[in-house]
Amino acid sequence: MTDHVQESPHLVEVRDLKKWYPIHKTFLDRILAGRQNYVRAVDGVSLSIRRGEVFGLAGESGSGKTTTGRLIVRLEDPTAGEILFDGRDLARLGPEELRKERRRMQVIFQDPMASLNPRMSLGHTIGHGLRIHYPEQSDTHRDQIMEIMEKVGLFPARYFFNKFPHQISGGQRQRVVIARALITRPELVLADEPIAMADVSVRAQLLALMNDLRDEFNLTYLFITHDLATAKYICDRIGILYLGKMVETAPIRTLYAKPLHPYTQALLAAVPVPNPHERRTQPMPEGEIPDPIDPPPGCRFHPRCPMAKPICSQEEPILREVEPEHFAACHFSEQFL
Amino acid sequence: MDAHTLLQVRDLHVAYRTRLGHVSAIDGISFDVHKGEILGLVGESGCGKSTLGKALLRMLPSSARIEGEVLYEGGTDLLNLDLHALRDFRGRRASMMFQDPMTSLNPVQRVDEHIVEAIEVHEPDTSKEEALERARVLVERLGIQAQRLRAYPHQLSGGMRQRIMIGLGLVLNANLIIADEATTSLDVIVEANLLDQLREVREEFGLAMIVITHNIALVAELADRVAVMYAGRIAEIGTVYEIFDHPSHPYTQGLLKSVPNIKLDEQEELYKMPGEPPNLTHPPSGCRFHPRCPMAMTICTEREPDMIDVGSGHLVHCWLFDQDAVKSQASKKVSS
Repeated sequence: MTDHVQESPHLVEVRDLKKWYPIHKTFLDRILAGRQNYVRAVDGVSLSIRRGEVFGLAGESGSGKTTTGRLIVRLEDPTAGEILFDGRDLARLGPEELRKERRRMQVIFQDPMASLNPRMSLGHTIGHGLRIHYPEQSDTHRDQIMEIMEKVGLFPARYFFNKFPHQISGGQRQRVVIARALITRPELVLADEPIAMADVSVRAQLLALMNDLRDEFNLTYLFITHDLATAKYICDRIGILYLGKMVETAPIRTLYAKPLHPYTQALLAAVPVPNPHERRTQPMPEGEIPDPIDPPPGCRFHPRCPMAKPICSQEEPILREVEPEHFAACHFSEQFL
Repeated sequence: MDAHTLLQVRDLHVAYRTRLGHVSAIDGISFDVHKGEILGLVGESGCGKSTLGKALLRMLPSSARIEGEVLYEGGTDLLNLDLHALRDFRGRRASMMFQDPMTSLNPVQRVDEHIVEAIEVHEPDTSKEEALERARVLVERLGIQAQRLRAYPHQLSGGMRQRIMIGLGLVLNANLIIADEATTSLDVIVEANLLDQLREVREEFGLAMIVITHNIALVAELADRVAVMYAGRIAEIGTVYEIFDHPSHPYTQGLLKSVPNIKLDEQEELYKMPGEPPNLTHPPSGCRFHPRCPMAMTICTEREPDMIDVGSGHLVHCWLFDQDAVKSQASKKVSS
């Protein structure tokens, strides 16, 4: 959003990241089929996130966006690829070193009720990270907890400190989750559909909060969403995933103004607009996201692509810089310039 | 009532008995559904939109008490039908679609068996071959290959399952489909396809639809008329153009300003409406929106407003449109 972001070094660099889940089969199947099959959830994704930037990762269900996010903070172990976090490859760190790096990253999930312990008071929940990572500062923990609670809008903090998750509203619960994530002062926050469950009126409050906190704590967000309309209000750059592959990345305004991949174009056109004078008239591609066990050859989007040519089913397009800062994986991106 | 009215809902109340006390989920709602129209019912979670949809077909659990009238084509009150007549009505005249089609489809029954069964139950004279033929024509019309009729529900994609649900509604020539968050769990492209399908079906079969959703943009895309619900009441109802071009209730105004819009070029900040929707075990007095309302007057905290017509059938549930109330409030302010 601001210019200084442009020059800052990358906090995260992911290269050719893969996660293949083996499909469990019976003994007999294995003898007869011989070959082990995989679900290729993430199949060679590269991306980089600058310090202080909000990078959005968007796609339909099954595109691999959540798996990619989980791999980057190593909640899952990658099958292949590099995850450079501030220059160190997380994919190769042992458990002890990884734990040290983990202080610097935190996660916010979609459903706050599922990520809060119903039997732990809010103050206790928020302070959990401090007790794990900074046990030596235990005398200041309470003050730090109170401070972060007020920052996320849980005031008076004294009132909320001893409450339990079921006693507060959904919007407040997500504020607790955000407070818990920020109390260890992380550098990277993985936010996986953080506001998808909130109602519209609450959603705007949470988005504004995340934007304010980003400025205040100089955070870097990896913002995972299926909602392109919301992404516009928080992301600086965005990557579109399709069936485990990155199909396009660009600064957010550029991507929305001039999508260079037919899939992105369809995705953007499909988003309903809250204005009855601007109803969509163009037809949508038919069909749904194919099976990731046996993805289509060539460009994975070609069976649904309205402009597919013979080459699209034969040769896989690579993600390339079609114009400065704007990458797309389509053989024909130039024609959309 | 004129010949265009399909459903007249009058002073509908629904209350649930719960452990925490009496929850008035629907508190005095009246509106009409016209033949062949798509009525969008929008609101945030807990506003009573799903309860309203289910109440119309009496599909609520026994802990719910329903009062009021739901008149079908000016005559029958659906709330008074005996169980046999109600069952017939649900199959033949009206159909309901939910967010998760798997809860409505039988997992061990093939798709064609669902459709044939519906025909056999409601039209016992139809032969099996005839029923199968009707099923085949219908699913092809909905863009599904006829061979998929032999599939089980789990073998179909989410979008296809919802199309089968539409088909189950259409096969008996229902003239009302109530779709409760029917596209919510679908991906945007599939959702857009289903919206096109719903529009086409409406054009071709002339049936009315009540589309219940939390997604305001979706209503702008699809509906002819829109009812905005808040805390068990209708805040505002009117044509889709009236509601989006001239939102009148402060809640609707706030809501529309807080909806992300992919088309706007300037990076405007979304409006942050203060507070959250109320808990209906202890709803606020007077107008239920008053604690969050930037325009609230004293009267709003005391008495519930009427539905006020601001022109061409655009009704607003707000004291601001009651001239007398506004004047008396203004004079109060001056004197105090």
